Amino acid sequence: MSIDATTRLATEIAPPATAHRRFDVRRIVLDPRRRRGAVSWLVVLLIWQLGASSGGWLAEPLPWIGRLPAPRDVLAAALELGVDPGYWHSWLASGGRVLLGFAAAVLCGVPFSLLLAGSARVRGVAYPVFELLRPVPPLAWVPAAIIFWPTQELSIAFVIFLGAFYPIVLNVLGGARSVDARFLETARSLGASRWSVFRRLLLPAVLPAMAVGMEVGIGITWEVVVAAEMISGGGAGGASASGGGLGFLIWSSYVGGSYPQIIVGMISIGVAGYASSALLRWVGARLTPWRREPAA
Amino acid sequence: MTAPDAARGAIRIHDLVKVYPGRDGQVLAVDHCSLDIAAGEICAVVGPSGCGKTTLLAALAGFHGIDSGSIHVDGHLLCGPGKPRAEVGPDRVVVFQNGALFPWKTNLENVAFGPIVQGKMSRREALDKAAALLDEAGLGDALHAFPGETSSGARRRVEIARALMTDPTILLLDEPFRALDALTKSVMHEALLEAHARRPATLFFITHDLNEAVFLGHRVVIMTARPCRPKHILEVDIPPPRTQALVTEPRYRALVQEVAALVHEEARRAFEANDREH
Amino acid sequence: MPDGPRQQPTPAWPRSLADAAPEWLWHAAAWLRSPAPYRMLIGYALALGAWYTCVDGLALPRFEDLPGVVDVFREWTSAAPSFGLSLHTPVYYEHILTSLRRVGLAFALATALGVPVGLLLGASPRFRDYVFPVLEVLRPIPILAWVPLAIIIFDGAESPVVFLTFLASFFATALNAQLGVRSIDPDFLLAARCLGAGKLAIFWHVILPGALPSIFTGLELSVGVAWFSLVAAEMVSGQFGLGYVINTSFTMVQYPTIVIGMLTLGIVGHATSAAVRLLGRSFMGWRARALRLEGA
Repeated sequence: MSIDATTRLATEIAPPATAHRRFDVRRIVLDPRRRRGAVSWLVVLLIWQLGASSGGWLAEPLPWIGRLPAPRDVLAAALELGVDPGYWHSWLASGGRVLLGFAAAVLCGVPFSLLLAGSARVRGVAYPVFELLRPVPPLAWVPAAIIFWPTQELSIAFVIFLGAFYPIVLNVLGGARSVDARFLETARSLGASRWSVFRRLLLPAVLPAMAVGMEVGIGITWEVVVAAEMISGGGAGGASASGGGLGFLIWSSYVGGSYPQIIVGMISIGVAGYASSALLRWVGARLTPWRREPAA
Repeated sequence: MTAPDAARGAIRIHDLVKVYPGRDGQVLAVDHCSLDIAAGEICAVVGPSGCGKTTLLAALAGFHGIDSGSIHVDGHLLCGPGKPRAEVGPDRVVVFQNGALFPWKTNLENVAFGPIVQGKMSRREALDKAAALLDEAGLGDALHAFPGETSSGARRRVEIARALMTDPTILLLDEPFRALDALTKSVMHEALLEAHARRPATLFFITHDLNEAVFLGHRVVIMTARPCRPKHILEVDIPPPRTQALVTEPRYRALVQEVAALVHEEARRAFEANDREH
Repeated sequence: MPDGPRQQPTPAWPRSLADAAPEWLWHAAAWLRSPAPYRMLIGYALALGAWYTCVDGLALPRFEDLPGVVDVFREWTSAAPSFGLSLHTPVYYEHILTSLRRVGLAFALATALGVPVGLLLGASPRFRDYVFPVLEVLRPIPILAWVPLAIIIFDGAESPVVFLTFLASFFATALNAQLGVRSIDPDFLLAARCLGAGKLAIFWHVILPGALPSIFTGLELSVGVAWFSLVAAEMVSGQFGLGYVINTSFTMVQYPTIVIGMLTLGIVGHATSAAVRLLGRSFMGWRARALRLEGA
């Protein structure tokens, strides 16, 4: 069977070429699978709107749903906030805290976990302490952090650091320890120095695990930021001197009685969290090109 | 050489074509392949790697559809014009290359699985029958062990027993003994022949081991390089019983050599085609 | 031929619990003989030593306000603690039980809802098309951003806390169950179909047991996440509970009690994770034995 015959047959059978990159809007909108998702959302929004406004058309508002702010009001609040510079300042404030704490977690976590991975002795000594403190939620550290750190910003950053530190360390440790021993032996037998082995074998092997750990860590980071902003705005910190932030926005909307704004805040944080995860996923994919899925 | 009397399981593959979407366009895997397999026959299928044998098996099993041509079993249409994909069913059971015994069930439960889920018999009956089958195969000790605790050779036998429990018309084996060492393999061969003698089903048996193909098969089908179609069909005219003593007989050795030469030709072709593609 | 009457195949878990007893003793003995426990003790000693040195010994600038080791342990073990909370006071256990009760309830609800939803998400493309888009939009919203909304919707102090904890656990459980289904080797599904299993049989005999390891990993995660959310929720809006203890100790300047709360959280958190892990092991005796044979 000659090559030419094969290719001829292949082209005869192949359907007309579709440009893979072309953005076919029609195809996306009419895709039955996406339609189902859209249907679900329409149903949810409908139930939400009916339930939230049930006070108006029923004798008594429905339990639970009846207390929600209506989607219409949420939309109105969103438009209001969209033009309010204070709202966008909140984004920056929260984003800045996330960045600071997360960067600290990565910068401390990765070397620490590589150290643990490299030496059984160090691991034997340090890991149990690490493990003991792990179930203590980062937020439980807030009071201690406030006592210790001079400014509130630093204490929030520290708590964020703790939150992201654990998943990063655990994932990188797992990744480093799962490097197939045979790779290491092969490298050594080919004459590589310890440093070479570290740089060219261990580090790349650890990158995927690091990417996963970072993705998990950023999610926790946002949780902690929101909580810290809410707590220091409404509780432990006393009268708020914090620089705002989306968590604070939510809390003050609640305290101030503008309930639709709460939901706008929630959605904003969701978007921010999703965007940062996506960014990290993208970075992770760039760092680990060998893990690209085979096309088709 | 005729198979033991069995009226079911005659396969007729006619003009089969199967195309896959590949990385750079469509890939023709099976090209107008036609093959007749008699009821109860052990048909060994050999050929160079990636030539499309497994695609053929998957089409027979109903795991995917075909693009043109047809397959009939005992005169009934399995798949073809108007019905591009066969149904997956207990009349055509597959024994997988990497083993698919459910690790969370004991060997006994695994073997009894088919009749239980088909509702053909009560759980009690199915377990008893499965125990009897495993005892017959000499696996009485492994009844209550999990596959993870069983040796690989025994696992394969359990899997074959599981397949045979449902009394299939056709048994599709995809390189079932590939991962075993030569000693275990020889035991497997005898076990398979015994099982076949007791319950004659048609065996469609893909393998890379040419010795195995000639030892077990009533016929050996040598496939061309991709896209595959039968290049040559060899009748293995060695009467039963086939025992290990066969290995030294001249007739056997001659057949193996013939098969080897044909496969080698196709393997070279595949190799060169690959070379030219890059 | 096996001698003796043929036995009914016994279910996996009673057998593995009975078998396990002498085995863990052997493992414990082996552990004691290895360097691990001694390194662990050194680790704890170093950590405690560092704590003591920084706070009590040297009284370093930021550290001096923190509660010291001696204070904390004296308070924790005293029969008449100055701040009212120690191992001897019944109220201590009330707080622990309150938190445990909340976590238990939320965890049970989240598992009861999350496992079926996750399994269906993995097994049924149609269900996934409808449900996943809604969940995916809600998931990035940090659990604590729901606090004000939860307070608005639910009456009282208990329900919002349990709801928030439930929410966090639910997502973790459902996602891991889904992952479990999708990581089942497709050969198992094909084999089951070959052997004549219908959709229901495949779900019960293949998908559920196949996903079980992932489900239990998810459950362990879910317990951790539950504690995280619980503490935060208790700190913001709760009466009783360990989070509440930590928060009020801080506002009432009873610093050693903060650390008592944190350490208690660590211990109880570990205990619950271990309980889930043990439960998993007993459900999946087949897996433990196979892993053991592989030398894991």
